[in-house]
This record gives sequence, structure tokens and C-alpha cells, in this order.
Amino acid sequence: MIRCESILMQYGETPALDHVEVDVRDRATTVILGGSGSGKTTLLRIMAGLVQPTDGRVWFEGEDLAHIPRKRLYELRQYMGMVFQYSALLNSLNVYDNVAFALHEHSKLDESIIHTIVTMKLEQVGLRGLEHLMPSQLSGGMAKRVALARAIAIDPKVVFFDEPTSGLDPISAAVIISLIRDMTNKMRMTSVVVTHDVEAGLSIADHVVLLWQGRVIAKGAPENIRNSTDERVCQFVEGRPDGPIPFSRSTTSYIDDLMHKPGTVRLET
Amino acid sequence: MTAMVNTLGLMGRNFLLMLQRLGDIATLSASSLRLLVASPWQGRHIVMQIYALGVGSLVIIAITGAFTGMVLSLQGYYTLAKFGSESLLGSAVALSIIRELGPVLGALMITGRAGSSITAEIGIMRVTEQVDALEMMAINPRARIIMPRIIATTLSVPLLIAIFDVIGIGAGYVVGVDLLGVNPGSFVAEMQAKVTTEDINTGWIKAVSFGFLIGVICTYIGYRATPTTEGVGKATTQAVVITSVGILMLDYILTSFFL
Ligand SMILES: Nc1ncnc2c1ncn2[C@@H]1O[C@H](COP(=O)(O)OP(=O)(O)OP(=O)(O)O)[C@@H](O)[C@H]1O
Ligand SMILES: [Mg+2]
Repeated sequence: MIRCESILMQYGETPALDHVEVDVRDRATTVILGGSGSGKTTLLRIMAGLVQPTDGRVWFEGEDLAHIPRKRLYELRQYMGMVFQYSALLNSLNVYDNVAFALHEHSKLDESIIHTIVTMKLEQVGLRGLEHLMPSQLSGGMAKRVALARAIAIDPKVVFFDEPTSGLDPISAAVIISLIRDMTNKMRMTSVVVTHDVEAGLSIADHVVLLWQGRVIAKGAPENIRNSTDERVCQFVEGRPDGPIPFSRSTTSYIDDLMHKPGTVRLET
Repeated sequence: MTAMVNTLGLMGRNFLLMLQRLGDIATLSASSLRLLVASPWQGRHIVMQIYALGVGSLVIIAITGAFTGMVLSLQGYYTLAKFGSESLLGSAVALSIIRELGPVLGALMITGRAGSSITAEIGIMRVTEQVDALEMMAINPRARIIMPRIIATTLSVPLLIAIFDVIGIGAGYVVGVDLLGVNPGSFVAEMQAKVTTEDINTGWIKAVSFGFLIGVICTYIGYRATPTTEGVGKATTQAVVITSVGILMLDYILTSFFL
């Protein structure tokens, strides 16, 4: 369904994504795992055509997202939904209008039908009855659930989730996780889930991609990831503080920095 | 020596930066004109923006207009009295307000009140990924966010300035006639005799141009703000400064054109 071919994304000197190859299969859940700053959000935005990669191609059902006119991209967007990391609800509209937004904009449906759809979607995320609230009146977790309802309001073929469970209490997180699983299994949707929650990620995945510093270090079925012998994969999956993946991002010597040696911060003398 | 070189370098860099900004604004105007023509009509959103920007600025415009008219009348009386021509006060106040002070002061006040909020609002929409959310829902964010605001300022700034003018002249009348004792008949008659359609058109053209300028600069600076909280703060200040300077520069150009 979506194919990323040797994606390179350069923000500064060090690439945020380096020759990343990902295949998102139709009607399956692809989970992109990785630590903070490993390039997950960037990859998701590239897949959705929100940003252009510095190099490489993204194929969405055989069409190259970087080389189609905006009009066609917008047609394809009717098959995509996205749940943003920080919800991104339109803060001038209430919950109802946020969820109904795409329907109001692009469909000629009767308001009573739109009302029914919105009610169903809000019921799915457990927020029916809160239609009149403004985004500023919602907690982070509630906003995320509204964002999910909004993403699935148009019944897209593929839904992109950026950290769907971060900021949620364990019960809401479990509900969202089972909702994503149902979407794939019962409603036959395609999901791409970005997360650093290893357990939740592996439990819903059909296919896992593990990112580390902008590179894919492992991919395959969740069992393969769990049973991997690669030191870096094991460390990430088991969540060990020490191992080949350093916690610290510093490249200079700690002692030198503390002593103000040349090449680091210098004291005025 | 090095200090001097540094200062010169800094001045040069700032000059280049300013040139780059001016060039930016010129291309912005061109591309937003294209956007106006190419985007689908956004009637409802334009009305909403006119309400938010126009109606929201009414009070500040009324207050500034009143005080401008009052001080003009006071100051003008003082000068005119020296030549014994207090009867000209009506035309002096009306002409200065209609041709110059109404458009410029009005536009500057609107920049501070509405322009800054346009930039901040759009910047925040970027920080919170609302712009990307629109894009994901197949809405062209530039057409939806920028276009209605440019049209709204271009339409509502002239109307606000017309209100400024009326209130300013009225306040000038009150101060001149009731406080300073100018003959009411000559105040009005002089004004009617000296203010021509051309003066009023000059005011209109300035007002429309300033409205367009406020819309273009404030929306684009907000849209291009670095999407962080500091970025939005900086962009807001920048938008007010650049728009205000732009208004004064454009005013000089337009005035020299119409005199
Ligand atoms: N717009 C941008 N400009 C410059 N650098 C960026 C930009 N967006 C991301 N980066 C850089 O790219 C790298 C990857 O960022 P990204 O947001 O994709 O990480 P992430 O995996 O989503 O992290 P997190 O789990 O914290 O959300 C980071 O080092 C970040 O600094
Ligand atoms: Mg992220």
C-alpha cells in the first residue's frame, strides 16, 4: 500500500532519516518503534506526504507522492487519516465540529447523517456527550481520543498514529490499542503506528520496523523482533539502560567538559 | 579597528537583511494576489474574520479617532489664531484627518490590535500542527488561513478608517466650536468648501492599500514563523514592526503620488 524507498531526510548535517526502506502492507498494522528523536514522526509525516524527503521516494498505491499535483494528493488524502502526537484539534471549533470537519468540507451528506456518524465515532472513543466542549476544555488524553475520532470519521483506508497512547491513562491506552486492533481485524483498515511503547507496539503489530538514529536496525514480525539476537534490538525491547545504544547523546569527554578543557566551554580569564 | 570592522559588518548584514525582507514582501504581495484569484471562494470564513478583526478593533479606533481630532483642533486653533484665521479650523482638521492621519494612525492602531493577533494565531496553528491537520484533511491551509484574512483586512481597514475619520472630525468640531468658540457655521462651511472628492479618494486608496499590506505581512510572517513558542513571539513583534514601517513608507509613496 505504502512503500518508502531509500528515504533520506536532512535537517542539519546529521540526517534525521538515512536510507530508510519501509513497506506498509494493505490491511495490516505496521508499527514503527524507536527512541526519542529517532525520526519516527518525521517518517510518518513523509509517508503522509506532509513533508518532502530530501531524497528517496514514497509510493502510495503506486503513485509517487512527491510528484503528483496537489489536487491528486488531496484526493488521496480522503483515504488517509492522521492522529497527531499532540492531537492538533482545530481550536476554533468544538468537539463535534472537529470530528465532523472533513465530512462538512468534502461530503454532501445531510446534517442528520453526519450527526449519526459523529455520534458513532465519539462512542467508539468513549466521549459521546462531550460534543459541545472546546479543545481548550479537554485534557490531553481526551483531546487525543477526539483526534482519533476525527481521523476515522471519513472511514479512511489507512490511519497514521503518532504516539497514540502517550499521555493516556492505562485504561484509555488499552481502549485505544484494542480500537486500533479492531480497525485492522474487523474493519480491514491499514494502520501505521509510531510509538516508543514496546509492549503495546508489539502486541498490535503485524509488522515491526525498529528505528535507531534515523536508520532501520530491524524489521519483521513481532516474534522475530522479540527473539532477535541483535544487541541493540534486545536492549531496546527489554528497556535496559546500558548496552550498545548509549543513553547520553554527548560525544565529548565528560571529564574534559567538567574541567573546561579546550574545545569545550571556556571560562573567561 | 576590529570593533569598527565589526560594526560595519553588522550594519552591512542588517542592511542586506532588510533588503531581503523588502524583496520577500514584494514576492509575498504577488503570490497572495495569485492566491486570491486561484482559491475557491471562502465567504463564510471571510465574514468570520471581518467580525473578529473589524468589530474587535472598533473601540480602539473610536478612541484614537476622538483624541486625534481633539488634539488637531486644539493645535490647529493655536496656530491659526496667530494669523487670525480661526475660521479655517474646520478645513484644516478635516483635511489632515481624511488625507493623512486617519489612514496612517488608524492603520497603525489596527496593526497593533488585529495584525499582531493574526500573526500570533497563525503561528500557534503551526506550533500545534493545526496547519498539518488541515492539510491532512485535504484543505489547502494557505487558501483557508491566509486568504480570508487578507480579504478581511483589505475590506475592514477602510471601513474602520472611515469611522476614525468621522469620529475624529466630530471630536474636532466639539473642541473647536464648544471649547474654543470657533463659529460653527464657518467650521462646517470651510470644511465643505475645501474638502474635495479627490481628498476623500486619496484617503480611501491609502486605507485599502494599508489594509492589504497588514493582511499580507501579518499572515505570511505568522505562517513562516519558526514553529516554537519563542518563534511565534518573535514573529508577532516582527510583524508589528515591519507592518508599521511598511505603512509609513507606503504612505510617503502614495502621498507623493497624489499631491
Ligand atoms: N522541522 C525540523 N527541523 C529541524 N530538525 C528537525 C525537525 N523535525 C525533526 N527534526 C530532527 O529530526 C530528528 C527526528 O525527529 P522526530 O520528531 O522524527 O523524532 P521522534 O522519533 O518522533 O521523537 P519523539 O519520540 O521524541 O517524538 C530529531 O533529531 C529532530 O531534532
Ligand atoms: Mg515524534
